[in-house]
Amino acid sequence: MKRKVLSLALMTTALVTSAYAQEATLTIESWRNDDLALWQEKIIPAFEAEHPGIKVIFSPSAPAEYNAVLNSKLEAGSAGDLITCRPFDASLALYESGHLTDLSDLEAMGNFSDVAKSAWQTDDASASFCVPMASVIHGFIYNKDAFNELGLEVPTTEAEFFVALDKIKEDGTYIPMAMGTNDQWEAATMGYNNIGPNYWKGEEGRQALIKGEQKLTDPQWVAPYATLAKWADYLGDGYEAQTYPDSQNLFTLGRAAIYPAGSWEIAGFNTQADFEMGAFKPPVQNAGDTCYISDHTDIGIGLNAASENQEAARTFLSWVASPEFASIFGNAVPGFFPLSNTPVELEDPLAKEIVGWRDECESTIRSTYQILSRGTPNLENETWGASVAAIKGTETPEALGQQLQDGLASWYAPHQ
Amino acid sequence: MQTRRIRWHIVVFLAPAVLVYTGVMIFPLFNTLRLALFTEVDQTRVYVGIQNFRTLFFDPIWSEQFWNALGNNFWFFLIHMLVQNPIGIALAAILSHPRLRFAALYRSAIFIPTILSFVIVGFAWKLILSPLWGIAPSMLDAIGLKSLFAPWLGKEEYALTTLALVSVWQFVGIPMMLIYAALLSIPEEILEAGEIDGITGASAFWKIKLPLILPSIGIISILTFVGNFNAFDLIYVSQGALAGPDFSTDILGTFMYRTFFGFQLQLGDPHMGSAIAGAMFAIILVGVCIYLFGIQTRMRRYQL
Repeated sequence: MKRKVLSLALMTTALVTSAYAQEATLTIESWRNDDLALWQEKIIPAFEAEHPGIKVIFSPSAPAEYNAVLNSKLEAGSAGDLITCRPFDASLALYESGHLTDLSDLEAMGNFSDVAKSAWQTDDASASFCVPMASVIHGFIYNKDAFNELGLEVPTTEAEFFVALDKIKEDGTYIPMAMGTNDQWEAATMGYNNIGPNYWKGEEGRQALIKGEQKLTDPQWVAPYATLAKWADYLGDGYEAQTYPDSQNLFTLGRAAIYPAGSWEIAGFNTQADFEMGAFKPPVQNAGDTCYISDHTDIGIGLNAASENQEAARTFLSWVASPEFASIFGNAVPGFFPLSNTPVELEDPLAKEIVGWRDECESTIRSTYQILSRGTPNLENETWGASVAAIKGTETPEALGQQLQDGLASWYAPHQ
Repeated sequence: MQTRRIRWHIVVFLAPAVLVYTGVMIFPLFNTLRLALFTEVDQTRVYVGIQNFRTLFFDPIWSEQFWNALGNNFWFFLIHMLVQNPIGIALAAILSHPRLRFAALYRSAIFIPTILSFVIVGFAWKLILSPLWGIAPSMLDAIGLKSLFAPWLGKEEYALTTLALVSVWQFVGIPMMLIYAALLSIPEEILEAGEIDGITGASAFWKIKLPLILPSIGIISILTFVGNFNAFDLIYVSQGALAGPDFSTDILGTFMYRTFFGFQLQLGDPHMGSAIAGAMFAIILVGVCIYLFGIQTRMRRYQL
């Protein structure tokens, strides 16, 4: 009798384990801890409903630590099955050291344009190793109530932009612009690379810089620093020690009128701010000039070569490449604009306004991301420091340009 | 004839500590030093001897960062030596005064920050000093000194000193406790004998107590030195891996972290990172050796 019970118990265990064996659990590594709820509540359930055998866990780490954490996990073999890809070299290095799988044969990759795929390809474009998920667009988000109250027009040229800032400052109710230099990256990302494309004419300048035809000491690369230097007067007291979350809070609490932004802020701002928000694109120098926006391929997703669930992971990636995911993702995370060829109808008004700039302006990506940040000194990190120095006025724009150019020329052959 | 028995119990009792210490300290230490002698070329590890150290000390791009971090480290250490330790000794002297009331309360209150995590300390002080939400500007305003306030953590010239003082605030309890214990161990008879000779009050401290606690002060200095040159947490928590503004708070720990693990678009370079770690190890080793052989052996000790 006892033996029968035991064997029965054993049999059931065997059955249960074999049933589990067909199921795969996929873990996603990501730096988007802000999106945790959206993944858990919208994206993952939608996928699991279609693919009952596969379970997905979204496991993000803090943005600033992501690269370091991910690299250590990959070396140790404890990383998740799916890797959220930073654009360009960080992911390229992972592919070259064999941590990411070549996904060129994934049928769904056909849903993306070459530009969208370029951020996650080898230099010769022979292998694609991440499925493009989304891009982010830079511009300025403003407090509509504040603008109405002060009777301000939305600026389109740089002169109008500074007139508006002067008026806000004169009135004194609002801090004209919410940005700090403590964390450094805002100055470069939301400052330099936000307004810069209008000066260096987007892709034209960026490509010329990569080829070595333009230098960082050329006026179109130095002038944005001169403009940033003028921002200091409008940033509010103690901006030197103001952190990124401080700036976000200043704006969403309604204490600042303009926020130099990336579109990724939209989701957070929608829940935090209780006033109406609008957005304007980086102002051009003269009315009627072609406008350029930074439409930066920012986030992709790849397959860990060491994953034990290759098949399930490919299924998930094909789904990520589908228009269905694009529409869920684009609406669940407003401000991360899907890159898929099928246009996605966005519901969020602010996101819709910003994505509309794609039709009016020329798109480019951040100037320092492709190839130019491969060596030491790292051009992106140097640009952070330079942008902060420009705002604080500790160096002249020309000196900053020279410093960056010297650093780049020290390792990058086309500039030597 | 009797063969000497091997005393197995010694081996058995030593084994756990030796094994654990070797596994988690000695092996990683030497492996890191070994890693510093290699570099990576086309995905393969190549032996390059001391090339990494030559780059670190003589390549202008690297050496500028290295000397900046080392200089900042010395400044960080200097502030601790000039502020933390004298205050710690003074507090201990006051606390050991027999007629002080609520001594236990003060002792705990001053010691508590030491057991707080760096994350909490860094975050709390960042909030206190924040020009936007902090209480520091409004407190200064209340006593009419608002003009003295500056966004200290965001200014190149003040940031490192501010962080060093935050660290002093956190750790002043350690020298205080060590000195306090040393002061309590001074026998009453010596002080009474001094009193008969007319040495009382402050001069009793300078002439009797201080010479007796000098060895403890030496130990505290060396603990401060090792702690400061290994520091990383507070800077990383409050200023991030780039140790802003403009690397003015960059110390060897943050420089090593940034190089080893990479940062934003900068990819990690374990080999250069290990070279920096090796340099840190050498600096601390030299500092400790100078203390052990140059100072401690010459220090006068009194039999109590």
